[in-house]
Amino acid sequence: MAEANADIIRRDGAERHFGAASMDIIRLDGAEKHFGAVRALAGVDFHVAAGECVGLVGHNGAGKSTLMHMVAGTLMPDSGRIAVRGGIEEHYSVPRALELGIRCVFQELSLCPNLSVAENTRINHASLSGFGWRRRAAELIAAKLDEIFPDHSISADDIAGALSIGRRQMVEVARAFTVTQDPLELVILDEPTSSLDAHTAGQLLAFVRRFVASGKSCILISHLLGEVLGNADRIVVMRDGKIVASDAAKAFDRDRLVTAMGGAEAREKITAEIAKREAGPLRVRARPARQDDGKELVAHAGEIIGLAGLAGHGQTDLLLAIFAAASRAKTGIEVTAPVALVAGDRQSDGIFPQWSIVQNIGIRSLARLRNGLLISPQREAELATFWREKIGIRTPDMNNNIFSLSGGNQQKALFARALGSDAKIVLMDDPMRGVDIGTKLEVYDLVREEARNGRTFLWYTTETEELDNCDHIHVFKNGRIVANLRRDELTEEKIIQSSFGDAA
Amino acid sequence: MASLRLLLAKPWVWSFIGAGLVWLATVAFTGGYGGGGMITAALSLAVFTVIVGVGQMFVITLGPGNVDLSLPANIGLASAVAMKVMDGNDAMIVVGLLAALACGMAIGAANYLLIRALRIPPIIATLSASFIIQSIDISYGRGLQIKPPPGFADFTNWQVFGIPVLAILTVVFTIGAAIALQRMIYGRSVLAIGQNIRAAWLAGVNVGRTRFLTYTLSGALGGLDGALLAGYFRGANVDIGNEYLLASIAVVVIGGTSVAGGKANVPGVWGAALFLVLLLTMLNTFGVSAGVRLVLTGLIIVGVITAAGGQKALR
Repeated sequence: MAEANADIIRRDGAERHFGAASMDIIRLDGAEKHFGAVRALAGVDFHVAAGECVGLVGHNGAGKSTLMHMVAGTLMPDSGRIAVRGGIEEHYSVPRALELGIRCVFQELSLCPNLSVAENTRINHASLSGFGWRRRAAELIAAKLDEIFPDHSISADDIAGALSIGRRQMVEVARAFTVTQDPLELVILDEPTSSLDAHTAGQLLAFVRRFVASGKSCILISHLLGEVLGNADRIVVMRDGKIVASDAAKAFDRDRLVTAMGGAEAREKITAEIAKREAGPLRVRARPARQDDGKELVAHAGEIIGLAGLAGHGQTDLLLAIFAAASRAKTGIEVTAPVALVAGDRQSDGIFPQWSIVQNIGIRSLARLRNGLLISPQREAELATFWREKIGIRTPDMNNNIFSLSGGNQQKALFARALGSDAKIVLMDDPMRGVDIGTKLEVYDLVREEARNGRTFLWYTTETEELDNCDHIHVFKNGRIVANLRRDELTEEKIIQSSFGDAA
Repeated sequence: MASLRLLLAKPWVWSFIGAGLVWLATVAFTGGYGGGGMITAALSLAVFTVIVGVGQMFVITLGPGNVDLSLPANIGLASAVAMKVMDGNDAMIVVGLLAALACGMAIGAANYLLIRALRIPPIIATLSASFIIQSIDISYGRGLQIKPPPGFADFTNWQVFGIPVLAILTVVFTIGAAIALQRMIYGRSVLAIGQNIRAAWLAGVNVGRTRFLTYTLSGALGGLDGALLAGYFRGANVDIGNEYLLASIAVVVIGGTSVAGGKANVPGVWGAALFLVLLLTMLNTFGVSAGVRLVLTGLIIVGVITAAGGQKALR
């Protein structure tokens, strides 16, 4: 590690020496940031050159977001300098960043749900005014969507809130690349593919490469290491508020990245530990509403069933139908035990923003937490503390508001809500999007452990790697199950084939 | 010092501070005369606002758009029902109270039925329901002023050491409501629904039942209030509940409950109700004319709500 550090210092020194700084779109020197007692950034030197795609990786809480907020102008460093194209910026701010052509697509989706796609586009472009602004905004965003995501099937008149989360993310990304008045030099993409399926993610990354080839710059933050390795020119690794490695992407491979990020022990492929389990009692039997052949999803106690395929092809719908069927009988769906759901779209399906972490975890188990008629605060706290230890929720106080947690830890709290409940069946609606790899590995272990104890998991995921944890995988297309694979038959090719092939 | 700061951080403290200031201003004006009597009178009147205020608080906490506008009509009809059933007979007091409660609950349940089955927004549903209820009241009551049984009238005016017994009972009731809000599944469900109805459903909260219970509770409290008002003012009346439309909403908001839902508190309802009643007393004492009094009341409510809203934005 010391070697890597020495490497950066030497390179940075050399660049300064040759006046290469003027080629930098942005340069931060010695940026520091504290939030109360927490040191989010500890003197970071960071720069992005023109025509460069910089990959930024690190665990949740490593300081990536803080650093990017500084690049975008939403946060000022406590100390340190920011320079854009060699000129020191004394009063750097969001409007100044936009003026200089620096934009950001943050992980939290920022579209106004009540406005159309075109109207959302107008928000970023004050120059679209006067008669016909809506039409011009529509043309602008439609052209960009066509360019980045051919065959996207999003209309500029669609209301943002009615789009699936994947489509919202496509609009969000496309909007960041539209140009009217302000120049466009650098786009920060924070987990741009977290809600996209493999196909659209590929389209986006190909576009990023074209964008960079035209001399513009990009910062790519992703927890999918393959994406970063395959598309960045240079990779910067952060840990504990510091940059711990920075090198050409070619110099890295997966193992070196994981080692540099620290913490997560080299990921061993979950070996075939499917100790031939006796199939337990039937827990779920469900046929998607649009299924016209005999295929159906069957899950027994102790099984982990994967729901795969392109995003938005009926996986979530089936999970919601199963959830609804648990409380009210529904034709075509049989559920024999209590159900809990782990939301993927945390903000709209999971979090109660006014509540503490404890209350957010307890809500699914209130009936069990009662002492007589009243909820016992003590039992509620015990439940939360138990899961804080078990799942590793990082917080000084579980009575803090849920939003005091980082995104990955909020997701852990939602897992704790479901796993701490009496539910025998746990539905997971792509819950790992945008979660760091350390958290993921911890949760995977927990899921397998809970399955061994007899719980049933129905797991929709957009990340093929996660399917390794499943006993059976159902591939979805157009609201139907088109393939049913055992894990030993599972390959990425098979899933892609089924997802894209003609419905059998 | 630390505990004082903790106290000031509670949203309901401000309504009590406001009530205290208004009382001081009035007592200062009268030169210290009648301060105690003023509190007694304020407590007796605030009771009626608190009872419907608590119902309205649970409804508003269900989230944006949820409000019960049928309370005034509900109070009017229930007052008539109670007085007719009691029929001036002390032996029928309990039966009359139960009839008023049942009448209110039926109205609340009907409100929810409109909202749920016909998918009408609560504002429209409860407002249109109130027209229907009012018409029923007019044809049922026939403008008759039926006197309450003497025992019931005495009960509603009964005082112990200058404290109205009704106020003591209402304090007990509000403590129960506060416990229900914070410590019972029902209250937690209301708070969860108010924050995010979809997340509440996905977290296993029984959304339909909770909303039904809430509207029924609000209706029941309106019915009870109607009976008590008729006893206190010695007679039922179609218009007896009119002032409780604005008052029930104002005490909820002034008391520190979030209009956006998901956050409620019961003590604030008491503070705000006392504040409103004392405010009226103060303006009367100052000798302000009725028109100016209404204007000032409106302005002060707007001011308080704005101030309360400003505080929330800071957080």
